[in-house]
Amino acid sequence: MTPLLSVRDLRVGFGQNPAANEVVKGVSFDLAAGETLAIVGESGSGKSVTALSVNRLVDFGGGRITNGSIILQRSDGSTLDVAKAEEKVLRTIRGRDVGMIFQEPMTSLNPVHTVGAQIEEAFKLNRGLHGAEAERAALDVLDRVRIPDAKSRLAYYPHQLSGGMRQRVMIAMALASSPRLLIADEPTTALDVTVQAQIMALLAELRAETGMSMIFITHDIGLVAGIADRIMVMQHGLAVEQNTTDAVLDNPQHDYTKHLLNAVPHFTSGKAVRADGERAATSEPIIKVDDLVVRFPVKKGLFQPKGAIHAVDGVSFDLMPGETLAIVGESGSGKSTTARAILGLVEKHRGAIAAKPGRSRRPIQMVFQDPFASLNPRLNVEALMAEPAIANGQKLDDALRDRMRFLLDRVGLPADVLNRYPHQFSGGQRQRLCIARVLMLNPDVVVLDEAVSALDVSVQARVLDLLVDLQREFSLAYLFISHDMAVVERIAHRIAVMYAGQIVEIGEARSVLSDPQHSYTKRLISAVPAIERRRQHFAIDATQVPSLVRPAGYEPPPANWREAGQDHRVRIEEAK
Amino acid sequence: MQKLLRAFLRHPSGRIGLTIIALYLLAAVLGTLGLTPRDPLKLFAIDRLKPPSANYWFGTDLLGRDTFSRLMVGIKQSMIIAFSSVALATLFGTIIGLLAAWWGTLWDGILMRIMDVLLAFPAILLALLIIAIVGPGTGTSVAAIAIVYTPIFARVVRGPALSLKQRDFVDAARTFGSSQPYILSRHLLLNLVAPLAVQVTLALAWALLTEAGLSFLGLGTQPPTPSLGLMLAESKNLMTQAPWLMIFPALTIMLGILGFNLTGDALRDILDPRTQRREA
Repeated sequence: MTPLLSVRDLRVGFGQNPAANEVVKGVSFDLAAGETLAIVGESGSGKSVTALSVNRLVDFGGGRITNGSIILQRSDGSTLDVAKAEEKVLRTIRGRDVGMIFQEPMTSLNPVHTVGAQIEEAFKLNRGLHGAEAERAALDVLDRVRIPDAKSRLAYYPHQLSGGMRQRVMIAMALASSPRLLIADEPTTALDVTVQAQIMALLAELRAETGMSMIFITHDIGLVAGIADRIMVMQHGLAVEQNTTDAVLDNPQHDYTKHLLNAVPHFTSGKAVRADGERAATSEPIIKVDDLVVRFPVKKGLFQPKGAIHAVDGVSFDLMPGETLAIVGESGSGKSTTARAILGLVEKHRGAIAAKPGRSRRPIQMVFQDPFASLNPRLNVEALMAEPAIANGQKLDDALRDRMRFLLDRVGLPADVLNRYPHQFSGGQRQRLCIARVLMLNPDVVVLDEAVSALDVSVQARVLDLLVDLQREFSLAYLFISHDMAVVERIAHRIAVMYAGQIVEIGEARSVLSDPQHSYTKRLISAVPAIERRRQHFAIDATQVPSLVRPAGYEPPPANWREAGQDHRVRIEEAK
Repeated sequence: MQKLLRAFLRHPSGRIGLTIIALYLLAAVLGTLGLTPRDPLKLFAIDRLKPPSANYWFGTDLLGRDTFSRLMVGIKQSMIIAFSSVALATLFGTIIGLLAAWWGTLWDGILMRIMDVLLAFPAILLALLIIAIVGPGTGTSVAAIAIVYTPIFARVVRGPALSLKQRDFVDAARTFGSSQPYILSRHLLLNLVAPLAVQVTLALAWALLTEAGLSFLGLGTQPPTPSLGLMLAESKNLMTQAPWLMIFPALTIMLGILGFNLTGDALRDILDPRTQRREA
């Protein structure tokens, strides 16, 4: 049987001289009909460029195919070398033979048209359907991507839908033409874990229904374990290993694949939690948060009653010295707002945040998620590192520079970087710089707001190790905010699960991860992609997070807690 | 600094613009030091309305004064007014824009609405109004032009400042307890240097033109001090007899504006972070 797609010695370059600036340096692979190929690699490995060459979208990004062939079998049985085809022919391939979904569903949908109109357009262009026919087809395909209440959603604009819903709409549009090949470029990277699990399950079901082939691009080798038939690992523009999924995962041959597999946070349901840091009952908490409430007012109109977004609603916890408390939840759960309230970056509506006086004037420091946004691009490392000290009345002298060099060395940066600027560092190095910077003030507590989420997996693992080392060395307490259960498992002593602005479960890490009690915690844990669990099947659960906009004066019912073991408390769920 | 100059010399329009401005500054300095070919105020009664020649490079006017020397002094006058008014406008505009963005809500509303009112008047008209109230003179011209261009700088600063204020590095600075002046100067202003620099060069071109316009109307520099606008005004009755009297001041104004505009364009290209990154 001839393969659906056969790529031979593909080379793609960029810029004025494509042959000299090669990003893909000779990649070959075959894809049979109905098969799923996962292309895995870190950013800059050429995985996206390879996939974008298959429908020649790479041309629009300034890329040129300098060598090789891409033989695609078309739906009428003829074959075509995409690498040499004319733009006119290519237009008939995109959409019809090769569908595509992108990483960011907000930017790939047109904000001024309803989703219904956009799906109908796909049907008009690719199948020649019109009017009521197109509308029926759009409704049908929305049903197929499991959007609840599909009929009314047709009239929605993209901004009225959540990220997961938008990605479903994108998938629906790609499906409109019944493509034989679907290219998915990091389709779940921008989504929350439980939504990611839903989308992955949906793609798997759709593939079974339609028999289409898929090329799935991702940096997360754990994610594709459940869906891919074959895996191709790319590094520096070369395919370093390709084989069946089981072979790659269970018996990796290339060093880089082994390295990737090691770096992937393996989620083990609490078996790998840290053994150190037993909670001493006698010690006094360094931060005690009691009934914290943060609300953002919503203005509706001049005379309409005002409401408020209840971002954080009655959160209480305490943090002991030297301990890591992880706050886990999805976007919109209020975990970042809690952190910001503790640092005074957002005003609290009610509640108490008591911090024990620490070793310095500012005992609580914070590391932000995006290391590219949290460093002023116009200041050099010396100025960046000096800022916290200057803000607290120290002078920029040799003693201060010695401390900078000591901390930079401690986080694994060379000491001669003081005159460099942030753009000269990689993402991981910048995050190390941010960590060194908050240590300048010798804090007692470091709030890490998704501090490793923006990093590549292998870098992520090293930064996590660094954090654990630093915690011991400087006896820091961490408030670790994350959506990633596998990361949390490696660093947390205790875990608080947040859902819709409230803590629903809190307790010792091993206990929460191995024996989750609250339904949301269970959902969060079952959504974690894991190589070990790749043969399990996950049902699609399309439950949406409830709206947090409440009318003025609304107060949530008081929380009822039950003990689920020593240091493990669960909020009692209301009966539905 | 050296890197910036080298980038300028590599940029085609930057090269031309910078050369023009350098020549103008040279003329202005020589004009100030009195190093003109002839005394710009001295009357050579026998040499009235002489066309350009080896003796009088750009000809002479009705009173027999040397046009070239007068132009040099006129350039000096224009440059002084343009640079000082733009400096004032930059200073006040930046402060107003920064504070409006930083304090937000009420202050933002009040300050920016005042700026909007100023911006609603045509530049020359507003300057006319101010001069009509205070009376003509160099100082008044500077003040009037500064007031006219302050709102533009306030706007140029406020927009990016609003977005910078939301950036993580500003939040980070707050968690360190950095003082407000420190955050405003190191985190906001430093990141605003690029758009400001471009705006300054472009504003210099407008200021040059506005000054010439005011002098032309007799509201700027007062005779006998030579100024470009004044020379144009004096030449308009003699246009057919002595066209050089109009052509040379007009060309001087035009070239000056071109110089600043070309420099501004080049500066925008050079300071654009996208082109910067490509080099790095």
